[in-house]
Amino acid sequence: MTSKIPTSSNSSSADLSSSNIKSLRSITDDVMPLWLQDTIKTIMLPVIGLLFFLLIWGTAAQSIDTSLGKFPGPTQAFEQFQSLMTEHNEERVKEAAFYQRQDDRNAARLEQDPTYQVKIRNYTGKPTFIDQIGTSLITVLTGFILASIIAIPLGIMIGLSKNLYAAANPVIQLFKPVSPLAWLPLVTMVVSAVYVSDDPIFAKSFVTSVITVLLCSLWPTVLNTAVGVASISPDLINVSKVLRLKPMTHVFKVVIPSSIPMVFTGLRLSLGIAWMVLIAAEMLAQNPGLGKFVWDEFQNGSSNSLGRIMVAVIVIGLIGFLLDRIMLMLQKFFSWDKQALLR
Amino acid sequence: MNNADNPINPILELTGVGIEFPTPKGPFKALTDVNLKIAKGEVISLIGHSGCGKSTVLNIVAGLLQATEGGAVLEGKEVNEPGPERAVVFQNHSLLPWLTAYENVELAVKTIFDKNKTKAEMKEWIEYNLNLVHMSHAMHKRPDEISGGMKQRVGIARALAMEPKILLMDEPFGALDALTRAHLQDSVMEIQKDLGNTIIMITHDVDEAVLLSDRIVMMTNGPSATIGEILKIDLPKPRNRIELADDPRYNQYRQQVLSFLYEKQRKVEPLSNNHKLSKDKAKTA
Repeated sequence: MTSKIPTSSNSSSADLSSSNIKSLRSITDDVMPLWLQDTIKTIMLPVIGLLFFLLIWGTAAQSIDTSLGKFPGPTQAFEQFQSLMTEHNEERVKEAAFYQRQDDRNAARLEQDPTYQVKIRNYTGKPTFIDQIGTSLITVLTGFILASIIAIPLGIMIGLSKNLYAAANPVIQLFKPVSPLAWLPLVTMVVSAVYVSDDPIFAKSFVTSVITVLLCSLWPTVLNTAVGVASISPDLINVSKVLRLKPMTHVFKVVIPSSIPMVFTGLRLSLGIAWMVLIAAEMLAQNPGLGKFVWDEFQNGSSNSLGRIMVAVIVIGLIGFLLDRIMLMLQKFFSWDKQALLR
Repeated sequence: MNNADNPINPILELTGVGIEFPTPKGPFKALTDVNLKIAKGEVISLIGHSGCGKSTVLNIVAGLLQATEGGAVLEGKEVNEPGPERAVVFQNHSLLPWLTAYENVELAVKTIFDKNKTKAEMKEWIEYNLNLVHMSHAMHKRPDEISGGMKQRVGIARALAMEPKILLMDEPFGALDALTRAHLQDSVMEIQKDLGNTIIMITHDVDEAVLLSDRIVMMTNGPSATIGEILKIDLPKPRNRIELADDPRYNQYRQQVLSFLYEKQRKVEPLSNNHKLSKDKAKTA
């Protein structure tokens, strides 16, 4: 996609240019084939952008002094990243050793006493950075999938009926801009009161985070689905009427396929919001994910903390970006209009 | 009005059809007192200036609009909802863009012949209809992969596959270039000759109307549009556009339609009225 941008600018500049510039262009064209120019542009320009960012970050970091020392630059962040990886690997070694010891011990006990009931205890080490990324991903996907399961049918219903749309719209508009931080105390209290169990499958912090994510990521999908459904071409609706399609056939054969692009636009927005909201929710709900990592490091206040938070910031950004790309791929896969420009 | 040509045993009968649209400025009467009887196997063109309510008449027959006065009766049954026995060929093909040509026809066939045809019969019927419109070679292409004329062919195949008692065509070739349009007109003439379909077609094109129709229904300008004149086209079928070009009767019919449109119903639109008319058009479209 990006490779097309330079080509079009090439041609337009060639059109506009004087003969002088044209001759310059043709020289570069002779030396370098066009595809190579394109590749260089698609690879080099982003690299230049990133290098430029690192440079600014590095220089700015030098001149910021905090109570925890200098603000971490790219080098410090990278060191912290390495140390987080080392910690993770060490933790895994410890865990493996723990299970090994447990197995050995159990085997020994069984040998002495065949009636012995084997007890397996889980390793209760501190979650590493990688574990926390995993927790965050599971939490955000749970919240997002639950939100989608509610939002898509709701959006279809709202989109199909003008009256329902008019009735639901004020509620949606009211809740759409609400920050997760406002929901969280309410959700926490409700979860504590309602989700009572001696042997809970999910931790309360997890449930609280999931619900908060759900509440915040519901709205873009609802709205975009509703708009997609409401803006189906009247001709297609007439086709459906002439064929006397049953309501369910109408929804599945006409409504859903034709609103798929808008549904996915909504889902992408929702997933983006879900991921943003999650970090805040985890901080406050103490769900052991990236949000809690950032919060713990902040509370910890060692000289490494800021560097580690910076690593988390970059990882959060990277994962958010990857989630969006995955949604884009899904959108392209499910969309019938392959010509539509998706970015 | 010329009632002499009305058939004795009509398949479709419009009696005193009128329609009023509510607007913020009070009711707007788009159509009034439309009376028309159509015999089985007849091809009728509705012609008139834009905004004259041609589409409204068609939509009432289709059941997509409800007449506020009078009504349409198809084979003794009053029309009050859309249905496959009054299949519509829409102006802009209206194919489902995510389905192939075959699947578009299939949706119609599966819905209508759900219990009456086996799977193999359905397949055969879908292919038969696509073959009628000469689309067998591109059955498995999606609408965005075929040309405008081909899309309209598929639209016609879909309508034919419903085995309608009456085929309604809403400016079916309006969006096509002249050559493609001529091809499709020939196809429709050929199919109509073989199957004997009853057709109501809206058109802007005088040549098309004279070439295809048994009768041309000319509508007066709105508001309160109605049938102005009905012209019976007494040319032998099958008709050939090249031979007809020199036919004095053909040219006389043409001239009669033109004189109705541009002399009797000359459209003089005061500028201030434009807004209102375009609004009305949006509603009837």
